[in-house]
Amino acid sequence: MSELELFLHPGNLRLIWTSFLMTASLSVLGCGIGFLAGFFLALMRNPRIVPFAPARWFAIVYTETFRRIPFLVKLMVVLFAFQFAGLNVSLFTIAVTTVALTAAAFASENVRAGLESIHANQWDAAEAMNMGGFTALWRVILPQAWPVMIPPSMTYSVGLVKSTSIASQIGLFELTYAARIMTNKGISAGLAFGTILILYFVLCYALNRFAAWLEVRLATTRHRRA
Amino acid sequence: MGYTLQYGQVAPYLGYLAEGAMLSFGLAAIGFLCGWLIGLICAAISEYGRGPIRWVVRAYVVFFLNTPILVQIFFLYFALPDFGILLTSFQAVTIGLSLNAGAYLTEIQRAGFRSVRREEREAAITLGFTRLQAIRYVIVPHIIKVLYPPLSNQYILVTMTTSIAAIFGIEELTGRAYNINAITFRSLEIFSITALYYVALTFFASTILYGIGRYLFRIKAKVF
Amino acid sequence: MPQLVIEGLSARYGTTPVLTDVNLSVERGEIVAIIGPSGSGKSTLLRVLVGLLKPQSGSVTVAGQQVNYDSAAALKQVRDRFAVVFQQFNLFQNMTALRNVTIAPTIVKKRSNSEVQAEAKRLLQKVGLGDKFNSYPDELSGGQQQRVAIARALALRPEVLLLDEVTSALDPELVGEVLDTIRTLAEEGMTMILVSHEMAFVREVAGKVVFMADGKVVEVGPPQQIFDNPQAQRTRDFVRRILRH
Repeated sequence: MSELELFLHPGNLRLIWTSFLMTASLSVLGCGIGFLAGFFLALMRNPRIVPFAPARWFAIVYTETFRRIPFLVKLMVVLFAFQFAGLNVSLFTIAVTTVALTAAAFASENVRAGLESIHANQWDAAEAMNMGGFTALWRVILPQAWPVMIPPSMTYSVGLVKSTSIASQIGLFELTYAARIMTNKGISAGLAFGTILILYFVLCYALNRFAAWLEVRLATTRHRRA
Repeated sequence: MGYTLQYGQVAPYLGYLAEGAMLSFGLAAIGFLCGWLIGLICAAISEYGRGPIRWVVRAYVVFFLNTPILVQIFFLYFALPDFGILLTSFQAVTIGLSLNAGAYLTEIQRAGFRSVRREEREAAITLGFTRLQAIRYVIVPHIIKVLYPPLSNQYILVTMTTSIAAIFGIEELTGRAYNINAITFRSLEIFSITALYYVALTFFASTILYGIGRYLFRIKAKVF
Repeated sequence: MPQLVIEGLSARYGTTPVLTDVNLSVERGEIVAIIGPSGSGKSTLLRVLVGLLKPQSGSVTVAGQQVNYDSAAALKQVRDRFAVVFQQFNLFQNMTALRNVTIAPTIVKKRSNSEVQAEAKRLLQKVGLGDKFNSYPDELSGGQQQRVAIARALALRPEVLLLDEVTSALDPELVGEVLDTIRTLAEEGMTMILVSHEMAFVREVAGKVVFMADGKVVEVGPPQQIFDNPQAQRTRDFVRRILRH
């Protein structure tokens, strides 16, 4: 079979498609869980909402540490930590956990910056009216902070999609791993890696354009009614 | 690995790991410096150039910004031989790092140039400087102040990215961690210590960069 | 019995003292103006009153009851009696003027929706913004925003209204409309503590003027005393400087 026939073989195309879905679901799940966790970390850091010093310290230590560890190293630590704990989890779980841990560290910083961008008087006015911390957060602060937090989150998500390629190192069947498989089957490295590069490009570029569109939408939209 | 953590078993290798950190530093330095130069040239072309060369630069930046560095290096290492270009793993990694960093640094420095063009005109008008004086006393200090924080930030990011080199057999920090793991099998201990090394490394780098920024250039921005 | 008595109040931000041994009493229906240079602790005093800052020592007694700053429940009660309007960024940017006024009574005080709405509309009309119910703060001028903020404060039915330099951030031509609103409230007998730089206005409405500097109360007296016949040297210096304008 010629190289092109090998490549265009339905089995191969299915392989590419499945691994593309794997990358996508890994990114979506990891970012989703991670951003949510990061959101709570940011709340823990805010003394108006969680006036409990150890929570604050935990959030700070977590964020500063997990921001500064490369993805590959985090992946290894997560892999062996699960092993150590005696938990027999799937490679997907390990990868999602790593992405989530990374996303949480970023989101913690992002949400914190977003909340800080709201003038302190908004908090004070709410507090002086006896609106509790959570009420103020939910009804006053967050509606104003969302538009500030979303653009950086979208940009960062694109970066995380790219990071998922490292998950190929533990044998997870995502896009980058698919490229290796293709070369093993006899497809040239140029075609294999070239295709994968294009697929990543399409995914990331689309996300970036969506983020740009969203940023414009957020800048011009009317604030929601509380 | 067993059920007990035995950090004692990996203690003898801490120095070996530290040496790897130095190689990581070297890789980052090469990648960042080359990337910075590439970025400078491409940013200049983007802002001040004319014609098709600007499209080439745009394509380069957009491509490298939207694809993972690991796959970029895989391509350099595995696919280029088909076109007659044989790279060692070290070459592939450094070229990949440089090209990747170059794309980010193009965007950063482009923004820097943009912020300056307006200043340029205003300074010349209001202060009655000659062109050269304006450049020396207003524009260059402004560019330095604007670019220093994002450039420092990018340097830290490049340092973290160098861990990819381990996949290509290069014995920088992560690579050495793999080696030690292969010998001792104390995987969790080794990689957790490696993680701490990176944290220390980046803290150290950002402190020094902050210090340089603060005392040499009087820039008060936080680095990373 | 005075409505508010402050005795020996001292407060700090971190290690920096911002209020030192402040004494003040306010009668029902009285208008007390606090004047002084920047950093004299005027705004800080208001913040302590509304429970945003805990004092180190001294006491605050409202309607005969001493405030316990360590009890969340006590603080809530105190806040119920006061309403504060800040210099800027008062209004919740993500809500209309009407919603800004109705939100606290509805959510915090749990009054009925229809009753709160009706009162809110009445208050907004009272401050001259009957046509701006559904406008968002960024559609309103600074003066209009401050008037909504005052309406919002009034909707809380406070015993004492605290106004913290409410016209200082406004363009000069918008100051008048806010001062008119405050004047009306004064005529209606609202107890108010206002921090202000508008000396002519202070002289006109205030029953008592407090001059503060460096976190201390330097002199207290009727406007005629403070402005025309200041007893303390510090007061004299300040008055001379500001009245030169």
